[in-house]
Amino acid sequence: MTINLILFYVFSAILVLSALGVVGAKNSVHAVLLLVLCFFTTSALWLLIQAEFLAIVLVLVYVGAVMVLFLFVVMMLDIKIEPLREGFIRYLPVGVLVAAVMLAEMLLLIGVHNLQVAAPADPAGASNTAWLGMALFTQFLLPFEVAALILTVAVVAAVMLTLRKRSGARYQNPSQQVAVKASERIRIVKMPSIAKMPIAPKTEAAP
Amino acid sequence: MSVFDPLRNFILGYGDIGLVVWLVVCILCIAVPVILAVAFYVWWERKVLGWMHVRMGPNSVGPAGLAQTFADVFKLLFKEYLLPAKSSKLLFVLAPLIALVPAFAAWAVVPFDQRVVLSNANAGLLYLLAMTSMGVYGIIIAGWASNSKYAMLGAMRSAAQVVSYEIAAGMALVGVLICAGSLNLTDIVNAQSGAYGIFSWFWLPLLPLFVIYFVSGVAETNRLPFDMAEGESEIVAGFHVEYSGAPFAVFFLTEYANMILISFLASVLFLGGWLSPFPESWPLLGVPGWWWLFAKAFFFAFLYLWFRAAFPRYRYDQIMRLGWKVFIPIALAWIGVAGVLVYFGWFGLGGAR
Repeated sequence: MTINLILFYVFSAILVLSALGVVGAKNSVHAVLLLVLCFFTTSALWLLIQAEFLAIVLVLVYVGAVMVLFLFVVMMLDIKIEPLREGFIRYLPVGVLVAAVMLAEMLLLIGVHNLQVAAPADPAGASNTAWLGMALFTQFLLPFEVAALILTVAVVAAVMLTLRKRSGARYQNPSQQVAVKASERIRIVKMPSIAKMPIAPKTEAAP
Repeated sequence: MSVFDPLRNFILGYGDIGLVVWLVVCILCIAVPVILAVAFYVWWERKVLGWMHVRMGPNSVGPAGLAQTFADVFKLLFKEYLLPAKSSKLLFVLAPLIALVPAFAAWAVVPFDQRVVLSNANAGLLYLLAMTSMGVYGIIIAGWASNSKYAMLGAMRSAAQVVSYEIAAGMALVGVLICAGSLNLTDIVNAQSGAYGIFSWFWLPLLPLFVIYFVSGVAETNRLPFDMAEGESEIVAGFHVEYSGAPFAVFFLTEYANMILISFLASVLFLGGWLSPFPESWPLLGVPGWWWLFAKAFFFAFLYLWFRAAFPRYRYDQIMRLGWKVFIPIALAWIGVAGVLVYFGWFGLGGAR
């Protein structure tokens, strides 16, 4: 237990520091990378309470996919840092207010004394992956399917909103390209492998 | 592992410190052979490429050129490594390490034989997916921190490509876990030990997923014909164009360790891991063991080299089309097929059911 406790404090400290870094970093790419560290540390914390499925999925989905695309976008956009920093002090009270309300809500939700409880016991003694799957596909099947549907709609909507046919752009026709045969592209010319070449005469004519 | 039990008990006798020491010993028992395998794999790649090009390949350093890789490694380690003047120094140095760590961490759950595995985790397959998906950070960070146009282009290409093919590879793994009924890799192999020998391995019922998984694996490790991140003829060397000396060697090590990992995983997930392809009644040949796994992995590792020698590089839009419009729909459809197969009881001995 002591090792778990030490690890908990180490991970928590890293989590809090990196979260502060996300807000305070001057470079937006550094901020995104610190956010990745946040997610990773959170997942380590979840592993400590044996929520292995949630922990690994957090790494898989957020670190492995979402943040990669986030990083992609942030690197592509050439964000100027200075204008972003200007409003920092001005908007600080609003940010503090939002953070305080969120903290209060979380404390209400969890209940302060619940924070003292030790790690929850494993319901089945085995993998909680199987348990989560059981619950999702029996008890919560309808909400699960509805959530999946909403996400799919969101994906389609995002594509539809941003898709535009630009004039002047050239498009490939993949099926045409796949169906192409070598004979349409290259012409093989038969040539004798040994050609009669004029060889230097045996005896040189006198100049 | 019974031979090592006295040693294990002796080390574990020292309490918590002993546990840490034992884990470190176990990790070294996997990491060091992986590094050595990478060295010989590089030699083998150069030999195979040489033969396919009708030339000799490395043949001067050591017997049959075997020491060539070691000579190269020492050359790289003793070379000066340059920091580009306007690079992001810390990230530039960290990038190779960020690439290296997931590549080796993934080996923790790879089973080599019935009981020979570092961590017999229940969620092993998920852990593998998580680790392989993190490998792309090293490439992206390297590309950005170099502050170079070519490196940046390589990083962008790699990010889009790896994320796309990860989805296809993940879908293929979903098919495997439906059939095996477990996320544990040892259970997955045991689920393939059916009565029909080689035909109860997952490659036959999941043939499309098997092909998709290995091709996605090739794409995820940025190997030819999907090496958009490097693309020597287009963007010089892509993300590691600014790297030299030891950091470059680390990138090299990462790439090859990942290739060997994918080879092992394809064998474990689809070709029955350490199971023997022959009936169990046969003497000697029918005995399952780690040598079968290594032989299968060697076959896939060879395929990597064969692809490299045989195929020209894909164009970028072709890669994206293959990933999104061909692999993902096929994988989705075959997940349905796998579900139907399991429902009608084609896989009687799934691990968890």
